[in-house]
Amino acid sequence: MYPWIWRHLPGPWPVKTVLSLALVVIAVSALVLYVFPWAEQALPFLQVTVEE
Amino acid sequence: MIGELLLTAGMIILLFVGYQLFWTGVETGQAQDSLKDQLFAQWADDPRLPQGTPTTDPTAAAAAAPLTLGDGVAIIRVPRWGSDYAWVVVEGVRIEDLRRGPGHYPDTALPGAVGNFAVAGHRTTYGAPFYNVEELRTGDEIVVETATSWLTYAVAEITYPVPVDSSWAVSPNPHDLATPPTQAMMTMTTCHPRFSSSFRFLVFSELVETLPKGDGVVPAALAQVA
Repeated sequence: MYPWIWRHLPGPWPVKTVLSLALVVIAVSALVLYVFPWAEQALPFLQVTVEE
Repeated sequence: MIGELLLTAGMIILLFVGYQLFWTGVETGQAQDSLKDQLFAQWADDPRLPQGTPTTDPTAAAAAAPLTLGDGVAIIRVPRWGSDYAWVVVEGVRIEDLRRGPGHYPDTALPGAVGNFAVAGHRTTYGAPFYNVEELRTGDEIVVETATSWLTYAVAEITYPVPVDSSWAVSPNPHDLATPPTQAMMTMTTCHPRFSSSFRFLVFSELVETLPKGDGVVPAALAQVA
């Protein structure tokens, strides 16, 4: 998977490095901003209210 | 290929742990800072406090404008949890409200009013405002600052573990559900044991002092720690 991405990034290696880092930043941001807030709803210790 | 996927999954899980333990606290800290700014600005403009003149009517706090979910309600301070412990309580107990701080159960009394001012808070992650709930002892003071008043509650009863379906705890008169409330009390709820949702932890407090705000007025409970 990662070699495949590396091969398909355009340009010489310094450009590929910058683009790879950008992809990592995008992936991490998407996880932190969207995926994790959704996933954590299943975490038990976030439930602190009393219910009916 | 499988190795790469497993490594990636491992990285994501580690990232999630880091997010929970560290980043949620940062988010909550930012939300608290802006909530404090909003509350202080709002209180400075409060018509019930013209030019710093203290109101003589503590019940006026209960007649404040209706709150929107997510708004700041009051600031709680608990000397037992340190002199710098000050959290803005937000309106609402939805997941997104509790991300910003401890949350006021919307249908319960406002601070100082007869009835039950009920607040839920995280014990882990999101700043963990109720992290040290097990350190509380009967008689400990909880100071609630509103637009017009300093309200001091004293812990009367600590109960845990209780089942999750203990909604009686946030009813107006938890000790006698059939009778209308006659006193102002406060209930705090959080999870128990820590890192679990099996049970709930309850702290019941009773209002012991109401001080109208004014220049240099500080409740005794806070003067001791200052």
